[in-house]
Amino acid sequence: MIKGKVFRYGDNVDTDVIIPARYLNTASENELACHCMEDIDADFVTNVNAGDIIVAGDNFGCGSSREHAPIAIKASGVSLVIANSFARIFYRNSINIGLPILECPAAVDAIKAGDTVSCDLAGGIIVNETTGERFEAEPFPEFIRGIIADGGLLKHIERRLK
Amino acid sequence: MSMTMSQKILAAHAGLEKVCAGQLINAKLDMVLANDITGPVAIKEFEKCRVSRIAYPDKIALVMDHFAPNKDIKSAGQCKVCRDFAEANGIENFFDVGRMGIEHALLPEQGLVGAGDLVIGADSHTCTYGALGAFSTGVGSTDMCAGMLTGECWFKVPSAIKFILRGKPEKYVCGKDIILHIIGLTGVDGALYKSMEFTGDGVKHLSIDDRFTICNMAIEAGAKNGIFPVDDVTLGYLKGRFKRKPIIYAADNDAEYEKAYEIDLSSLKPTVAFPHLPENTKTKDSWGSIKIDQVIIGSCTNGRISDLRAAAEILKGRKVAKHVRTIIIPATNEVYLQAIHEGLAEIFINAGAVISTPTCGPCLGGHMGILAENERAVSTTNRNFVGRMGHITSEVYLASPYVAAASAVTGRLSSPEEVVND
Repeated sequence: MIKGKVFRYGDNVDTDVIIPARYLNTASENELACHCMEDIDADFVTNVNAGDIIVAGDNFGCGSSREHAPIAIKASGVSLVIANSFARIFYRNSINIGLPILECPAAVDAIKAGDTVSCDLAGGIIVNETTGERFEAEPFPEFIRGIIADGGLLKHIERRLK
Repeated sequence: MSMTMSQKILAAHAGLEKVCAGQLINAKLDMVLANDITGPVAIKEFEKCRVSRIAYPDKIALVMDHFAPNKDIKSAGQCKVCRDFAEANGIENFFDVGRMGIEHALLPEQGLVGAGDLVIGADSHTCTYGALGAFSTGVGSTDMCAGMLTGECWFKVPSAIKFILRGKPEKYVCGKDIILHIIGLTGVDGALYKSMEFTGDGVKHLSIDDRFTICNMAIEAGAKNGIFPVDDVTLGYLKGRFKRKPIIYAADNDAEYEKAYEIDLSSLKPTVAFPHLPENTKTKDSWGSIKIDQVIIGSCTNGRISDLRAAAEILKGRKVAKHVRTIIIPATNEVYLQAIHEGLAEIFINAGAVISTPTCGPCLGGHMGILAENERAVSTTNRNFVGRMGHITSEVYLASPYVAAASAVTGRLSSPEEVVND
């Protein structure tokens, strides 16, 4: 069960603000985490705690294909990103590296910055512990659930190729 | 059941007679691409994997273009990781300084991608090759790694939006104005998860470079791919270049589209995307007075020979404004050499511009022209997000090479007519 404090952002949060290109000269997860969300929320790295949740509007993760973006978010301790919609490359990247994401416009509408939210990922049930509201996210297609269950795309492929 | 052009290419590569929107398929790839930023992440994953063998080394391309020539020690390390990996795994299509160019200009030029191909690249602008009648899309490093391991990739078959292009664009209106106009209509997520299929009698008036520019920015509307039909312009470009046989796919007449836009190319005006989203488009009459500090002419969007010719047409016999740093970046060595042969290099230098080696450089705020606090650039690149080219208070105005060159001369955002008629 996931539970954490909410960081709230708007529409079209692009991968350049999630992890600016000036930090892309490394593939180190911990280094990337140190600059997560730097150009949209300079205090994010100081304020985030393990388990916290990002809630955002439309088209989260648009722009560059840099996998460094979901890697930085995951390594910063964030346990889940909830948005109205995700840009398609970010969506694939998150599934592939095992960063939990959910599309749930009703939850996005209702959840505010600083709320405490819990989530049962398997059932896609999101609960705003601050207000008591309960939301249901769109379930993933079965094929994608398979990738998630295997622990990411490469583990899934390893199983297939063995 | 009928199919779009994109769906036909996916079906053929999945070994299926038919596919429909929403279907999940596994398809064989013709080319898998990464660069000096996304490559090291893919290689790191590859090395963690218990089944570490490359399926088809000849179907992989690694291009050192983003931070190359190496901008710092860490970037040098990233290129080294790619270089060592290419060497160890027999990857011939490894492009380093001297052979490299900006990946999406280089791969078509080298004949590594062409009509009918299915291509993935760990770079969002991989959608560029749709200009050649290929299904081509950007992915992340892990998908790229999986492509190297298996020669395949999973896809959710996209639905499509049709853009019917009519008429002939006026002088000074080019591919960049067309795609910015379209993104202004759709918004930055208007084509999310979908194909953008371009068609209509206006297509024949678009050069292959215009088509590259248009498909390149399909991702800026959120699209999975952009694609043009294959015609004589395409085949003329591929001839003597493409290393395989072009395969021509065409959409069925009764293919289903979620939406159709009809665009009269003859009515379009020079168009610029204002900060901080590519959808914030304005035509020349509503630009106002925007004083600028820098002009960039280059990138995978507009660093090809016709882009440099357009810039030179404006800059010939003129000087760039004193306070405008004008940086011209030929996308590949072939483009660079051609610019020298045609006398364009001399025009640029006489105008007070500088010519860089091929690199993505400033487009993503890497190097070769980073903006300071509150500075403004007119740039032929593809994104104007917050902090994209430097400080988070800096601004990027996305424009065609004509507009960028004209702005360099006046020192403020300007249409080419303003300079030429002066």
